[in-house]
Amino acid sequence: MRDLSLHLMDILQNSIAAKASKISVFIYTDTVQDELRIVVEDNGMGMEPEQLDLVADPFATSRSSREVGLGIPLFKASAERASGCLTIESMKGKGTIVTATFKISHIDRLPLGNVAETMVHVILSNPQLEVELTLHDSRDGSFHFSSAYINEMLGEVSISDYEIITWIRDYIDEGIKSNFGGVLNEIDY
Amino acid sequence: MKSIIELEEIRKKTFERIGMRKNKTGTRVLVGMATCGIAAGARPVMDAFVKELKKRSISDATVAMMGCIGACRLEPIVEIIDPHGSRVTYVKMTPEKAARVVAEHIVNGRVCLDYTMGEAERAEKAEG
Repeated sequence: MRDLSLHLMDILQNSIAAKASKISVFIYTDTVQDELRIVVEDNGMGMEPEQLDLVADPFATSRSSREVGLGIPLFKASAERASGCLTIESMKGKGTIVTATFKISHIDRLPLGNVAETMVHVILSNPQLEVELTLHDSRDGSFHFSSAYINEMLGEVSISDYEIITWIRDYIDEGIKSNFGGVLNEIDY
Repeated sequence: MKSIIELEEIRKKTFERIGMRKNKTGTRVLVGMATCGIAAGARPVMDAFVKELKKRSISDATVAMMGCIGACRLEPIVEIIDPHGSRVTYVKMTPEKAARVVAEHIVNGRVCLDYTMGEAERAEKAEG
């Protein structure tokens, strides 16, 4: 994967496949600890402990069409290449929390990429899904986006309408810039 | 700064616009976005479909992600399902090809045969 937003998209698809109705994404940066943390929390079907043990194994997958699953193993490899790690907590019937950490200044840390695009594509494909995005930097400020709030406001107008989607994309982009501009060196102020 | 007030304005305009074409179901565009699709560059392809449809003001077509259909070597894969339910599978897509599919297939109803899965598999066989 070229950037973290593509990994994020991949992980979000897992949540959707696990029949989640609500997915929360948190992206935190801590300049003192030099750490970037991405958390994806869903209320999907969750996993049994045995399944959880196998999840980072490329040859374990819940899919019936094929015998390999590379989403989590690739994300884990990207985190570990940047002195970070990937952890998964899951409870059958409750949901799953995937956390990946990265050393911000590590030469091999992948750039954040286009998070707005990832969120927009997930919303476009799953207009009924409740998607939340929270951005936070240790210095100050935070940003919050909730598709449920937007949906409520829109009433009869669909969230997947192009004009609305364009607004959401720009809105999230601005949130990324104002929170992480200058913190992650790939993002301008 | 983008604001919620601005969104409210967009909502009003959109509401007036959609009032005119209710209950009309159009073409569906499904982009393969499993690990294989994403790694092969499916996201710029999906984005190209969204933007191209917007540019041409085709608002009854929907773009969505789908899973892996098992032909990872041919990703990015896009399926176009027309309002009658017939389905065409395009393979090895790019944003440029997406623009042509919108213009020829979705607007004018002419399938871009050279991008289809059938054509790709025939070419593979010919190569041996």
